[in-house]
Amino acid sequence: MYAIECREVRKEFRPEGESPWKRRGAKVRALDGISFTVQDGECFGILGPNGSGKSTLIRLISTLLVPDEGDVLVFGHDVRSAPMQVRRLIHRVSVEASFFKKLSAQENLDYASGLYGLERGEARARAREILMRLGLPKEKVGAPLEEMSRGQQQKVAIARALLTSPTLLLLDEPTTGLDPRSRRDVQEFIEEVRAVHSASIVLSTHDMQEAERLCDRVAIIRGGRFIALDTPANLAVRFGNGEGLEAAFLNLTGEEPNLDEEEIDG
Amino acid sequence: MISLRSERRAAGAVIARNFSLIRRYLGWELVFAFYNAVNALTIGLIGLAEPGPGQGLRVLYLSIGALLWNFLSVLFFEVSNSVMWERWEGTIEYSFMAPVRRVTYLFGVCAYAVVYGLARTIVVLVAIALFFRVPLAQADLPGALVVLAASSVPFIGLGLFGAIMPMLSAERGAQATQVIQGVILLVSGIYYPISVLPHWLQPVSWLSPATYTLSAVRGAVLQGQSVASLLPTALGLLAAGAVLVPAGLYAFAVAERYALRTGKLKRNG
Ligand SMILES: Nc1ncnc2c1ncn2[C@@H]1O[C@H](COP(=O)(O)OP(=O)(O)OP(=O)(O)O)[C@@H](O)[C@H]1O
Ligand SMILES: [Mg+2]
Repeated sequence: MYAIECREVRKEFRPEGESPWKRRGAKVRALDGISFTVQDGECFGILGPNGSGKSTLIRLISTLLVPDEGDVLVFGHDVRSAPMQVRRLIHRVSVEASFFKKLSAQENLDYASGLYGLERGEARARAREILMRLGLPKEKVGAPLEEMSRGQQQKVAIARALLTSPTLLLLDEPTTGLDPRSRRDVQEFIEEVRAVHSASIVLSTHDMQEAERLCDRVAIIRGGRFIALDTPANLAVRFGNGEGLEAAFLNLTGEEPNLDEEEIDG
Repeated sequence: MISLRSERRAAGAVIARNFSLIRRYLGWELVFAFYNAVNALTIGLIGLAEPGPGQGLRVLYLSIGALLWNFLSVLFFEVSNSVMWERWEGTIEYSFMAPVRRVTYLFGVCAYAVVYGLARTIVVLVAIALFFRVPLAQADLPGALVVLAASSVPFIGLGLFGAIMPMLSAERGAQATQVIQGVILLVSGIYYPISVLPHWLQPVSWLSPATYTLSAVRGAVLQGQSVASLLPTALGLLAAGAVLVPAGLYAFAVAERYALRTGKLKRNG
């Protein structure tokens, strides 16, 4: 069974700030017919410029948005008709850490683990283990989140996701804003999670090396469409003149994408 | 399969999280409690402005209004504000992505609101008791408590309607909740009999559960009406709650679906 199956997914938004009784503005097409599958145990990368639809796609898989058209299945469960089943299998790390900022990491994680019905003592022990593993200073665990750096907050967000042992982990730019060492800590941890828990992973990132290092396959998204989908090595060969994924990315997302739809597979 | 234990744990987590927040905002809590108490006392003092035999009862009449409004407005505010706050912090996506039924989550929110509302009201009650010498010989306090308990149910229902607003529009939602609260304050006869309201406004009073709560609690405390004679009002309030709570939950579900369709939950990313 596929970890994820997306079929012709479309999503539009009405621009933010537009009130219901004002004249309706032009819609933004965030996703424009996306189809792909992710194998069980695969790490699937999404690369794309700002505003290309990466987060929207990840939100659709996380049941935080409903597709306008098309289907999204997570281990065979439809996000629309069976969101609860999907929610039991997933967790997500977003680029924004999103915590109660006055509460400590401990209190935030207590809340998160409680919502998932985890036993408090066990969850605390596991959270500590993950935070230590990610190199969060011990004395920070009891400090309010607002006193932590962005990178430290991001580590707590990763702990929140892994606490529930998700079968499918959705990582939306998990390492954006981290220093090189923290980034490596997180990347190593993602590899470890894959190896130990055989979780499937979707990872959006702006870091080409990260995608090359972690992902089995990478999709390049632009304007809400996948314009290429292949292994990082193949993408580099096919679109980057062998000069690496970054060259491929720049070629593909440049102003003039001289590409046909046939070049997309997956 | 939904395990009862994990649902209970989830509701407990919401309550515990809110109490943790109180601890972190303790300074504000003290300021709010102080302000509430002083506000209630100044209203009670109006009862002493006119000399004469009825002073004690007038103070009591006004104090009951202040106390009840304190309880009901805190209840309403806490329920409706909880979603607002989660939106503000950006945690709402995480709370709503958790495999927990919305009813369970909202049960936690409401249970906390009741406990917290009672605590805040007790502070005001103590202040009033220490400040005024109010005549309580005639009062039927159990009757008053029965009515108060019953009234919290429809108010939770109203709070749920308040809670859906922030999902429809981040800022306007919060504004709408303030307006709803203001209207309830105006029409429910908190500090005066509703007969002094302009005629065209009086029918609106009949729609507010607070109107019935106030008049029944005053009946109990000022005239010593028995529990038995207050029972119809209490049952009426419960019946209103039996309509308002499910309706509020349903409206919440509809609003959540709307938010998931239109992307109103997200902040950025
Ligand atoms: N909830 C929303 N309401 C309105 N518009 C939205 C919403 N979410 C996304 N959009 C719009 O949809 C498009 C895709 O946004 P999305 O956040 O998916 O991009 P992204 O690839 O994640 O970008 P970034 O690299 O900056 O994170 C953008 O034009 C964005 O403005
Ligand atoms: Mg994004």
